[in-house]
Amino acid sequence: MTTQQVSILVNGVQREASTEARRTLVDFLRDELGLTGTHVGCEHGICGACTVLVDGEPVRSCLMLAVQASGTTVETIDGLGSPDSLSPLQQSFRDSHGFQCGFCTPGFLMTTLALLRQNPDPTEEEIRHRLSGNICRCTGYQSIVEGVKRAAKVGLGPNAEVAR
Amino acid sequence: MKLPPFDYRCPETVDEAVELLSQYGDEAKVLAGGQSLLPMLAMRLARPAVLIDINRVAELSGIRVNGEVAIGALTRHRTAERSEALAGAVPLLAAALRWVGHDAIRTRGTVGGSIAHADPAAEAPAVLRALDGRVVATSVRGQRTIDGAALFAGFMTTSLEPDELLTEVRLPVAGEQTGWSFDEFSRRSGDFALVGCATVVTLGSDGTIAAACISLSGVAGVPYRAVDAEASLVGAVPADGAFADAAAVAAAGIDPPSDLHGTAAYRKHLTSVLVRRGLNRAASRARGES
Repeated sequence: MTTQQVSILVNGVQREASTEARRTLVDFLRDELGLTGTHVGCEHGICGACTVLVDGEPVRSCLMLAVQASGTTVETIDGLGSPDSLSPLQQSFRDSHGFQCGFCTPGFLMTTLALLRQNPDPTEEEIRHRLSGNICRCTGYQSIVEGVKRAAKVGLGPNAEVAR
Repeated sequence: MKLPPFDYRCPETVDEAVELLSQYGDEAKVLAGGQSLLPMLAMRLARPAVLIDINRVAELSGIRVNGEVAIGALTRHRTAERSEALAGAVPLLAAALRWVGHDAIRTRGTVGGSIAHADPAAEAPAVLRALDGRVVATSVRGQRTIDGAALFAGFMTTSLEPDELLTEVRLPVAGEQTGWSFDEFSRRSGDFALVGCATVVTLGSDGTIAAACISLSGVAGVPYRAVDAEASLVGAVPADGAFADAAAVAAAGIDPPSDLHGTAAYRKHLTSVLVRRGLNRAASRARGES
């Protein structure tokens, strides 16, 4: 067993902890930092539920070691709005009925955030392509695609959604 | 599924990395993008005692175009797919990389890692074979280059020695009168291909085919060059009839696997469709039509 010191800027806050080298980023976020917004699904990179942004790019946090994220900037669903004040992206998904059980939602929202920052006005084809790595078993995807379109129309807001 | 314990080493130079490989040999696995290795660890398909994480070896990243294209082994799929230099010099690879997994996979996945992993259904190995590319292997004993044809030894197996690190991928710059195509078919977007097909067609000054390459993924234990089909095209007039005949030769020459994703017969059918379509596209590009 190898213990490593990990230091990550998470949602604008510098966080440090020591952890086993084998610990994945998603388990580190949830178990060491208490940021339980990111969900753990398949744990082998298929479902997309654990998607977070590392240095602005979407990453499967089950396929990255926490120690590998040391020195990076990580954004998670926990940095979006609060229950009392949803972010424009979350509100757009809600208005489109893009949430059902909510298990896949953190991954869809973070993937969409990366998409809309890079292309604020994507075509439906691009939306479907970019979300194709995220699996939802409730919605049938139509309402999620609608949520992304609505968010593109509304915009991400002045801070582009997240405290980095 | 949690990862099994391992000893973790994080070198910052190639020299340090190969020193560690020399020390641990086949007790160790090299961790590059981790998009295949970490699932294998999670599922206990691999149980290395030591992980040598090369992600902090800065000298392994980057794309240089200088007569040929040299891609550092740690260059991310994302970096490569966004590289204008790569798109200009090796458009076949740039196009193929867009088929690798999904966005989040390509953020981390690396060109060198994909080739060293040697999954026969993957895109980068098929492109390496299509272009007769080479890789550079580095160890404490020195450096050597390995032709793509000699690199892939069997299913997920390469001819790299246990103490060697794949440090660079070298591909020729696309020539004049040369067109290419990449296409693949999978049951869901982003899945590994049932069959993938890279083609390159070079036309002579008289408009006939001077050379053709057909490289297939998913149909054998290693990326497969359909050499009989390629040979049948040399000297032919580039036209759909000739391409359909060559596609039939390619499909007849393979003995693909049957599994729950598709039967051997279906993979042969896909091969004939993708090869024919690919050769038509490549020939169009060679004529400057698209």
